[in-house]
Amino acid sequence: MSKACRCLPETVPQVSAILRYCQDNKVKVVPRGAGTSLSGGSMPVGDAILLGLGKFNRVLEIDYANRSARVQPGVTNLGITKAVEHEGFYYAPDPSSQIACSIGGNVAENSGGVHCLKYGLTTNNLLGIEMVLMTGEVVRLGGKHLDSEGYDLLGVMTGSEGLLGVVTEVTVRLLRKPTTARAVLLGFPTEAAAADCVAAVIAAGIIPAGMEMMDKEAVKCAEAYVGAGYPLDAEGLLIVELDGPPVEVDHLVERVAEIARGRGATTVRVSNDEQERVLFWAGRKAAFPAVGQITPDYMCLDGSVPRGRLVEVLAEMREMSKQHRLRVVNVFHAGDGNLHPLILFDANDPDELHRAEEFGADILRLCVRVGGVLTGEHGVGIEKRDLMGVQFTEIDLDQQMRLKCAFDPDHLLNPGKVFPQLRRCAELGRVVIHHNKMPFPDIPRF
Amino acid sequence: MAGTIRPRDANELRRAVEWALNEGTTLDVRGQGSKIALGKPMDCGQVLDLSGISGIVDYAPEELVVTLRAGTPISEVEALLAQRNQMLAFEPPDLGPLLGLQAGQGTLVGAMMGNLAGPRRLSAGAARDHLLGFSGINGRGEAFKSGGRVMKNVTGYDLSKLLAGSWGTLAVLDQVSVKVLPVPDQTRTLLLLGLDDATAVRAMCAALGSPHEVSGAVHLPGRTALRIEGVAPSVEARLTALRELLADAGAGMEELGTLGSRTFWREVRDVAALKAASDTVVWKISCPPTEGPAIVARIRSQRPSVEAFYDWSGGLVWLALPQCVDADHELVRGAIGAKGGHATLIRAPEAVRAAVPVFQPQPAALAALASRVKESFDPKRLFNPGRMG
Repeated sequence: MSKACRCLPETVPQVSAILRYCQDNKVKVVPRGAGTSLSGGSMPVGDAILLGLGKFNRVLEIDYANRSARVQPGVTNLGITKAVEHEGFYYAPDPSSQIACSIGGNVAENSGGVHCLKYGLTTNNLLGIEMVLMTGEVVRLGGKHLDSEGYDLLGVMTGSEGLLGVVTEVTVRLLRKPTTARAVLLGFPTEAAAADCVAAVIAAGIIPAGMEMMDKEAVKCAEAYVGAGYPLDAEGLLIVELDGPPVEVDHLVERVAEIARGRGATTVRVSNDEQERVLFWAGRKAAFPAVGQITPDYMCLDGSVPRGRLVEVLAEMREMSKQHRLRVVNVFHAGDGNLHPLILFDANDPDELHRAEEFGADILRLCVRVGGVLTGEHGVGIEKRDLMGVQFTEIDLDQQMRLKCAFDPDHLLNPGKVFPQLRRCAELGRVVIHHNKMPFPDIPRF
Repeated sequence: MAGTIRPRDANELRRAVEWALNEGTTLDVRGQGSKIALGKPMDCGQVLDLSGISGIVDYAPEELVVTLRAGTPISEVEALLAQRNQMLAFEPPDLGPLLGLQAGQGTLVGAMMGNLAGPRRLSAGAARDHLLGFSGINGRGEAFKSGGRVMKNVTGYDLSKLLAGSWGTLAVLDQVSVKVLPVPDQTRTLLLLGLDDATAVRAMCAALGSPHEVSGAVHLPGRTALRIEGVAPSVEARLTALRELLADAGAGMEELGTLGSRTFWREVRDVAALKAASDTVVWKISCPPTEGPAIVARIRSQRPSVEAFYDWSGGLVWLALPQCVDADHELVRGAIGAKGGHATLIRAPEAVRAAVPVFQPQPAALAALASRVKESFDPKRLFNPGRMG
């Protein structure tokens, strides 16, 4: 194909026909939901068909007794909650882009959100999917029941970044909204004290619904943008949400406040009503656009570190910031160690762009070095593709690519994503056997 | 009689697999052999015994993660976690007595390989949801890893999910990192007495659809139990609310305290209700919760002596049927119907397991895909060949 083209199918047989055509004619194809990926997961490539799933936008079935909803992949994340909230239910994962991002894209990226500390990521809230393979075959994995039969291909599909199949239907688990939720704002004189408080809350056996951290710069931006009432003197701000019956929430709020005071918190404010709770979150949820007000461009990163290493990671990031001569603002899911550093730069200045990319790569290498991983919830996509070798050996990556070959032997689906270098499936499939080797007499045998 | 090879570390394990690959010898992969009576019988060239690769590598209570070697007994892990008031939240069952084997055996990795979870599956997820990362050897004799030790653990494909529930047929693990959680301060159980199956499942689904965070819902003949866990004032408030919610069901109500609850739910976890009669075959069916009673009714109409109970709010049906040559597999799977679900033959004599599909047969396209996935890890089919057939 010389020219890129777009397809907007409306039915599963159409998706099947498109993929079969692509397989038969060795045409590449990029599936795309709402296009909100932060790692370039659904970025079109020149010589591929762009397969838009936007017309698959219907809620198919809501089953409250079995606490599940069956929807088409183009339904937005928030659209699911909107469809069930009048009955007091909701869908738990809540990425910041939930108003726009599609549930199909959430499956592809295993999206998280501020509440996954307690309620899990997409993978923990998914019951089943229907998907189309490159052969055009339609298969169903899971359903309204728990646990797939056979290999957990549902688990593999979740977070596979559109490289294995095209999801045409999604069944998610619904949860009943907690009776109450209250948020606590905790301001600390140092970032280290804030990070220390995060570890102490978890160590006390408390798993909050969400536990978010913002550094001073992020607080300043968010406050200017939204007016959430954040303390501007804090070097580190935590927003901790507790949910459950009122007595439990009150009990835990008090325990969290006590832990925070023990670590020198200068601000402890508990939301008094739902309006105030929403306001506390409004600043956090608008943090990215708020930071966008003070810089021509920013790069949002996504990496994971052990909670206990947060303090040193933040300190090292400040050092890197000096070296690269670029500011960094930190807004992140502290409870599960998922960092979202925002690097501020001006894309019109090629040198700044280059330094921003270098800085970002250094931060992700740091995540791996302290025992974390390259991605938290945004996927590898194009963004982190070339860093895969930092976390994985060639053998690790070959094994992942062989799994890809089981689904897509010609590397036609979402090409150019995740893997730094492609190897042909035929080559990967070869088994090398070293004959005439001695058996291993030193290993105990019976 | 196949010989046994017992490596002592990951390197010896890799070399053992390489040796098997060179020899073309298949491997019966075992931890403590606590589940050898589960799955399709195999005829392997060699037993690969992982019990020599054992021990805790690292336990970080404040990170909620424990890293351990593949042969580590589950009892050792649970004892360690208990010291810090933590637990394996997915409640891995001890199926030993159900399978006619010793109680208290089994490795944590073995439970992972079967994706086995107890009553808390409802609220805490399955074994697969707690496997953060692993290292192991594939069927090419190569050491590889996936995942990590952090909560958001996946970069690239989530191979941990795939390995969990693969019954050792994809790779041999030498080390895993597993998520742990705090033990709730209090556990109490509301018992509803005398409900029939359909009413009981309706009551359980109503409880699960409430905001009261039920972490266990089982219906045994004559007794329906709902578990509430957490800090004391919360448990009290939620129990009161549940009593009000379920008043309409018209059942007598009783309560179990923390100690009574622990024993009760351990027995549910270990399927103790079906242990007694060893002349029965045992099935487990995963289905939409509301479908459980209808599935059992269909089976009961053909086999009036069937014993059944419902865990997971009705979504996990345990069945004991009189022994027969084909374990009634067509009857059981036929009863599941169009609403979806699958059945696994958990206990049956070896000859029966050899003759009938132990795991749910899959549609052709899916079976072919699963076979390609198997080959992508283990192209020569060295590991546990045929176990999942």
